[in-house]
Amino acid sequence: MATLNELNIAEVKLSAEESGKWGMVIDQDICTGCQACVAACAMENNLSFVGEVDAGYGRSMHWIRIERFWEGEYPEVRMTNNQPMMCQQCGSAPCEPVCPAFATVHSMAEKINLQVYNRCVGTRYCANNCPYQVRSFNWRDYERPEPLPNQLNPDVTVRRRGIMEKCTFCIQRIHRAQDQAKAEGREVHDGEFTTACAQSCPANAITFGRMDDPQSLVSQLAKRRGGMHHLEELGTLPNVTYFNGG
Amino acid sequence: MMADHNNHAEHGEAHFREKHLMLDPLPRGQMNEMVMESMYHTTWKFWVVFGLLAAITAYALFYSWGVMIAEGLGVAGVNRPSYWGIFLVNTVFWIGISHAGTFISAILRVFKAEFRRPFTRAAELMTTFGLVQAGFSIFMHMGRVWLSYWLMPYPNQRMLWPNFHSPLSWDLLAITTYLLSSTMYLFLPLIPDLAMARDRSTGWRKTFYKTLALGFRGTEGEWAHLRNAMNIFAFAIIPVMFSVHTIVSWDFAVATRPGWSSTIFGPYFVIGALHSGMGAVVAVLAIIRGTMKHMKYFIRAEHFDAIGKLMLIISMGWAYFFFNDYMIQWYGGDKWTDHLLHFHEYGPLGWMWFAMLICNVAVPWLILWNARWRANPLLISIVGIIINVGMWFERYIIVPISLSINRMPFTWRMYEPGIEIPLGIGTVTFFILLYMAASKLIPLIPVWEVQEGQMAHELKKFGRETVVTVSELE
Ligand code: SF4
Ligand code: SF4
Repeated sequence: MATLNELNIAEVKLSAEESGKWGMVIDQDICTGCQACVAACAMENNLSFVGEVDAGYGRSMHWIRIERFWEGEYPEVRMTNNQPMMCQQCGSAPCEPVCPAFATVHSMAEKINLQVYNRCVGTRYCANNCPYQVRSFNWRDYERPEPLPNQLNPDVTVRRRGIMEKCTFCIQRIHRAQDQAKAEGREVHDGEFTTACAQSCPANAITFGRMDDPQSLVSQLAKRRGGMHHLEELGTLPNVTYFNGG
Repeated sequence: MMADHNNHAEHGEAHFREKHLMLDPLPRGQMNEMVMESMYHTTWKFWVVFGLLAAITAYALFYSWGVMIAEGLGVAGVNRPSYWGIFLVNTVFWIGISHAGTFISAILRVFKAEFRRPFTRAAELMTTFGLVQAGFSIFMHMGRVWLSYWLMPYPNQRMLWPNFHSPLSWDLLAITTYLLSSTMYLFLPLIPDLAMARDRSTGWRKTFYKTLALGFRGTEGEWAHLRNAMNIFAFAIIPVMFSVHTIVSWDFAVATRPGWSSTIFGPYFVIGALHSGMGAVVAVLAIIRGTMKHMKYFIRAEHFDAIGKLMLIISMGWAYFFFNDYMIQWYGGDKWTDHLLHFHEYGPLGWMWFAMLICNVAVPWLILWNARWRANPLLISIVGIIINVGMWFERYIIVPISLSINRMPFTWRMYEPGIEIPLGIGTVTFFILLYMAASKLIPLIPVWEVQEGQMAHELKKFGRETVVTVSELE
């Protein structure tokens, strides 16, 4: 049985130096707001189809959403750039300490924020405390109308009522790529795989990859001038960098 | 309470006796009989109300909860971004109600406030029953309540523990501690009364009281032990009481939400709890006095007057902390907090913000300064209920209304309650139901405490003046 020391829990420091292992860069200037990422994410991650009534009440399930805002006073109204918003995989995540059941935890290996579905008891405190409001709750057991059950992804759990879920940076893809690389005795190449949203984006507005590798595309992009993190002032150390108006 | 003897000296002894329970002694046997009779005496009206409440509770609380467990929380109105709705409002509300019992009984006992004697039991019962409702409210809010035992630290194969960083774990520990200690504190002073009831009853009641009285005979040694235990509990439970609502406030205060992360929330919540709790105590006392036999002898205008003064002071304290909280949030100048404060006052539910101030401050301040109005059971119990409405609004503003606004304007949305409403009504009826059942099963008046007080107080004549003298009480 592993003791706390073997798990290195004492050594976890969520300090400013903590750099995520995986990161994402989003270029809002080229995002067209087509919502392809939203659809791809829902299919990849077995998101529930909530139906018209619940969706009308604002309970539709998305791990990524495209936020649109309008600027200025009528008649000089201007639409701002589309803003894809998903879990920022905070380095110091406010959702984690408030969970009484340890259902939302930091992963040591991937340095991302995990949601352990079968440990969640549904207090929804994490969702209240997530400043980005990106968590989705399973308000009911939703039925998938035919033929939707046929496209379920076997690598991803199907969630039931009463539990919280959110973007995982497609951790099943990360693991598959790592397993593949390990079997071939090599490191994961940059660009060998990517998340469902980045893969489906026709405008290439989303780039995903290793942040701890200075040569990777995503770290090169993130280092450009003008990048910003949302609500950085809260000290959440987000791992998603946005470019807007560059 | 005896301070006003100068003004009333000329009215003579009769006036004193009529006014103060402590100066109007009856033989112990007679008081015991009165209390026993108040338990036995049940009218058909009682059963009608009891049946009605039981039916409402069965439907609104248990059936609705069953539906919610079977269907999922979708039947409730909670939704992003108001993930906590009336469930949490009611949890905080009921914990607040439960504070009055301890406050009245432990603090007044420690400070030897004599007017507490007849109604400590009635107040302590509210603590226990209020906490039961708080428990219901918090458990029904959980998405998978059937797994709630995962919040308990119990040894298990995978060495999984609850997260002690989470304020919800603190809550669980604090509320459980409070429930257990307040139940014991309710039980200890009850033992002599249970023994009294045992000696005066027959049939199943005899067995019931015999079991609960734990063989208390009233020997000197037993009394000494009992008094010691009560003393320890009275002192020990006060910090527990203060800590419970402080910890409940940390659920909000440690979060990163605008409007929640306020350092003053601890004392602000405690005083709010006392505010609603005292209001509930007067309402319950007025109902007991109005409906139960012989209670007009035990619960008198002087008691409402004394609680009324406390209510006025607590209302002032609440107003101070409210202002302090508001002032600091506003002065902080955070953009989102500014939005939120504006939303509280001028948003779609802005009337609630103003109603809260009227119920919690304006009404008590306008009515409770007057001694005659304070002593009127009907009027003061209405004030008590109004305060409770105001305090419920306060929690509603803190929980769902503050949650409607956050740092991501794209997700702003008003909260519309669904099945929370019958569930909330169910907790109220269940509370009343438990109280009604208890009023018929356990002596509501601690006769021995009243008699002890009556023996200590005496009227003496010094020249032309009548003076209340008190002998040393342990
Ligand atoms: S964005 Fe929200 S859900 Fe994701 S890690 Fe940060 S606090 Fe948690
Ligand atoms: S798929 Fe790409 S372009 Fe379309 S909404 Fe998503 S990020 Fe924007």
